[in-house]
Amino acid sequence: MSGRVFSAVALVVAMVVPARAATIEITMDNLVISPAEISAKVGDTITWINKDVFAHTATAKNGDFDVMLPPKKSATSVLKKAGTIDYYCRYHPNMKATLKVEP
Amino acid sequence: MFVRWSAAAAAAILLSSPALLQSAGAADKPTDPQIAHIAYTAGVIDINAAKQAQKKAKSKEVKAFAEDMLRDHEAVNKQALALVKKLNVTPEDNDTSKALSKQAGDKLAELDKLSGAAFDKAYVANEVAYHKQVNSALETQLIPSASNAELKSLLQTGLKIFQGHQQHAEHVAAELK
Repeated sequence: MSGRVFSAVALVVAMVVPARAATIEITMDNLVISPAEISAKVGDTITWINKDVFAHTATAKNGDFDVMLPPKKSATSVLKKAGTIDYYCRYHPNMKATLKVEP
Repeated sequence: MFVRWSAAAAAAILLSSPALLQSAGAADKPTDPQIAHIAYTAGVIDINAAKQAQKKAKSKEVKAFAEDMLRDHEAVNKQALALVKKLNVTPEDNDTSKALSKQAGDKLAELDKLSGAAFDKAYVANEVAYHKQVNSALETQLIPSASNAELKSLLQTGLKIFQGHQQHAEHVAAELK
């Protein structure tokens, strides 16, 4: 019985979420990006969470993305290209981190 | 000659002001309502400086810096107001706040006479000096004196963000040379 419920849930999840695509959370809190380094795959979604009262950005040095994060807001972006991306906050350039996107 | 004299006077004011903050602390430790007033006043001063710069600055980088100052200092002061309301504290005016305001008023008037690249340089140089002064006051006096944990924590966040501003201002100052 519980096995059947489980497989029904698994089927629904499988239909909604394409295989392998994951959602990864990256948080900006007290002017620190964490995790400072994380790996993801092409197709994964990054959820950027700004816990600060300050506006931040997640800006890729190579121009791949530039996400605006108003105070206490979050945003998502889907990773489209592989590569090691260094990014920072344009308003607070001391906030730096690296995102490794695998194919 | 006059220019040289006023620069010397400005340097003297900047150099003497941290001492002034220190002496207020040495005589008697500021209370939380006084600390809140000092911190809020310090924020308003930089907001006013940024508003002046938005009108007068020539360089794109200086304009962007002023916009960053406005955004962050308004955010900190909004937090500060919410906190004093929550704690039911009325910020209390004091000699340090008055001295800061007087110094800032003089600076605004001085910068108002400048324009173009001369304004940009003077504004950014003052931002470096001002953030140094405020950060030193936060570090050595305001944070250690704050007794409420939430106020202390807000001041610590402020210090962290203002240290970033100081670095940013130093960077912009170096670019203008």
